[in-house]
Amino acid sequence: MNFDFSDDQKQLRDQARKFLTEKCPPKAVRAVLDGKAPYDKELWKGLAEMGFLGVAIPEDFGGAGAGHLELCVIAEEMGRANAPVPFSSTVYLAAEALLIAGSDAQKKKWLPAIASGEAIGTLALFEGKGNPSPKNVKLSAANGVLNGVKKPVADGAIADFAVVAARTGSSGRDGDISLFIVDLKGGGVEVKGLTNLDPTRGQAEITFKDCKAEPLGAAGEGWSILTQVLDRAAVLCAFEQVGGSDRALEMGRDYALDRIAFGRQIGSFQAVKHMLADMYVSATLARSNSYYGAWALSTNAAELPEAAAAARISATQAFQHCAKNNIQVHGGMGFTWEFDCHMYYRRANAMALGLGSLTYWEDQLIDRMRKKNAA
Amino acid sequence: MNFDDTPQEAAFRETARKWVEANAPKELHAELSKSSLGRIRLAKHDIVNVGKAWQKKKFEGNWACLHWPKEYGGRDATPIEKVIWQQEEGVYGKLTQPFQIGEGMCGPTVMAFGSEDAKRRHLPKLAAGEEIWCQLFSEPSAGSDVAGLRTRAEKKGDDWVVNGQKIWTSGAHYSDYGLLIARTDPNVPKHKGLTMFFLDMKSPGVEVRPIKQANGMQEFNEVYFTDVVIPDSQRLGAIGEGWSVSLTTLMNERMSIGSRLATGVPELFEFCSNLMLEDGLAIDDPAVRSKLASWAVKSSGLKYTSYRAISALSKGERPGPENSIGKLVSGMMLQDIATYAMDLQGAAGVLTGADEETVQGQFQQMLLSSPSMRIAGGTDEILRNIIAERVLGLPGDIRVDKDVPYNKIPTKGR
Repeated sequence: MNFDFSDDQKQLRDQARKFLTEKCPPKAVRAVLDGKAPYDKELWKGLAEMGFLGVAIPEDFGGAGAGHLELCVIAEEMGRANAPVPFSSTVYLAAEALLIAGSDAQKKKWLPAIASGEAIGTLALFEGKGNPSPKNVKLSAANGVLNGVKKPVADGAIADFAVVAARTGSSGRDGDISLFIVDLKGGGVEVKGLTNLDPTRGQAEITFKDCKAEPLGAAGEGWSILTQVLDRAAVLCAFEQVGGSDRALEMGRDYALDRIAFGRQIGSFQAVKHMLADMYVSATLARSNSYYGAWALSTNAAELPEAAAAARISATQAFQHCAKNNIQVHGGMGFTWEFDCHMYYRRANAMALGLGSLTYWEDQLIDRMRKKNAA
Repeated sequence: MNFDDTPQEAAFRETARKWVEANAPKELHAELSKSSLGRIRLAKHDIVNVGKAWQKKKFEGNWACLHWPKEYGGRDATPIEKVIWQQEEGVYGKLTQPFQIGEGMCGPTVMAFGSEDAKRRHLPKLAAGEEIWCQLFSEPSAGSDVAGLRTRAEKKGDDWVVNGQKIWTSGAHYSDYGLLIARTDPNVPKHKGLTMFFLDMKSPGVEVRPIKQANGMQEFNEVYFTDVVIPDSQRLGAIGEGWSVSLTTLMNERMSIGSRLATGVPELFEFCSNLMLEDGLAIDDPAVRSKLASWAVKSSGLKYTSYRAISALSKGERPGPENSIGKLVSGMMLQDIATYAMDLQGAAGVLTGADEETVQGQFQQMLLSSPSMRIAGGTDEILRNIIAERVLGLPGDIRVDKDVPYNKIPTKGR
């Protein structure tokens, strides 16, 4: 047993951290937060040049052909830096869907474009309120033509293509759902940006009207593919959340060392120390659960569904906990626009909903644990 | 990143499995599987007797204290091998409860500071289960502030004479030897006037009195010392260095990672899978599922945190204070889970008898016992201080007694 990343992977982490510290300082995140650009284009280009966008894409399709463990390492750093780029939509959702279900031609068309930073992709799953569920998919597909509305779609306003979940049957089963790829720059697509909790990662509403679409994977296999995509993305997002948790904890710790009140560093008061210790506990549990998820993801183990749900829940809770208490440690200053605390608070709470809510994943975990116990 | 055994590890596991299969007291398997949360009650046997028999057998098969050096009764096993052994020993590991303090804390301290004679004399017996050891640290007015202890050891010729009182001593009533920290110089600040010893618990002047606990059980003791004579050859470490010796003891406690920490999650999962509420099984209720999932990920998080620590250990890194999270998280969980399970039982939750609806009072017992989990071996508050100060680097508390000679520190009732 070796429950740790390898030296090469740790080196990659150092490299990613160095790159992001330089290219993605809080100032860069703020530029997007303040609406100066929909995402950081320079950073996106840099990530492509570093080979980070295609780290888990096979060499045959223009990627680095490393693997999912390497992608986990990068994800953690992206979360730490609060990077204002469509990384999760493009890399964890769109690219993974293609890797799982894409035809050779589809992979050839999109994966090299993702790796080189030319194409931004996303997953169009949600239709208003609710969590991932076949019955919440109303958008219809008939004869390769889509009609319906998706929202929120992460990074939908800047995406070049989307993997779209559509209804192709009405039996009430999972087999009613099929996936399609839509070139968002083509006809029959109307995109509207939406205001959201975390402006550093945009959300959109996409209306498909008699929109021509190409099937992704076999008809009726959509839900089964989506479940796999969401599990993979859950692990990868968990690493972003772990990175964000660590950064929020560090910010709180540093402020507690720096700030003097009542003639002492506030970090010497037990009320503050214990709050930070509890944040450390959450972040550590999340990291450990995420490592297990990374192992399951990288080996495509039978344990992946359970491991992904556990990583997702643990990391979501940790990031929300650390981001919230980081503001508390900062006191009034933490509630100013000027301090960076709220950027992590926004990101933590937006990420908590992106792949389905905490409650949804809790429900999933219990189902998956029961399935395992029954087996 | 992998969970697979290497070929050598797989071979080791196979050997361990075969040995357990051939030697374990299988007649106790069902009872041991049922008893949970460190509270073992065997209908027909005394845990100390069966424990000694199992320990002896393990020793003869070369499976006792296997991470210890061969010359002192161990096997020179690697940390990973120890974990594999624990996995294969399974429920029978619960029989080792009376020896855990000896194996985990006292033995390693003797190994680090004892004379060669002491090591050869005691360690193999400790490994063989022939000697049970206890740890005599806490006192009535020195719990979290253990360095404030009062028990005195005074030098008389080649011997030390000990007077005072210890408390919360697990297993003192069946222990043969004890690891004792005592004050040898009250004229210097508290951390500097302490010295570590070991002593024969049958020495004249040692009196063990059981404490009846809040949960109705008696596992801890008070130990009184009246003019107890300890030869200087049983001193561990230099005079006045007792505090740093005790830190070695505590560090070894952290090394015994991989030891199983009960969280209550498997018990709650099973309970909820079988409990019928008005609208169906508890486990189908969304509110129950949400709670259960939150606890399940804490439990798995602890498990994988210990795996990370084992991996670090196997690479030669020292496990650090970050391992303090285990008891902090599991202690609180036990209490919360017990409360929740009883809440699900409704009015019948108040019953503690061997009643079907309350699962033999399992959660009621957990409720009554769990406060000790949050206190013994470092309170939740002390553990948070350790994490804050030693992991996160936050300032220590302002200590008004730090540089004051021990006998000038104001205390209540002295």
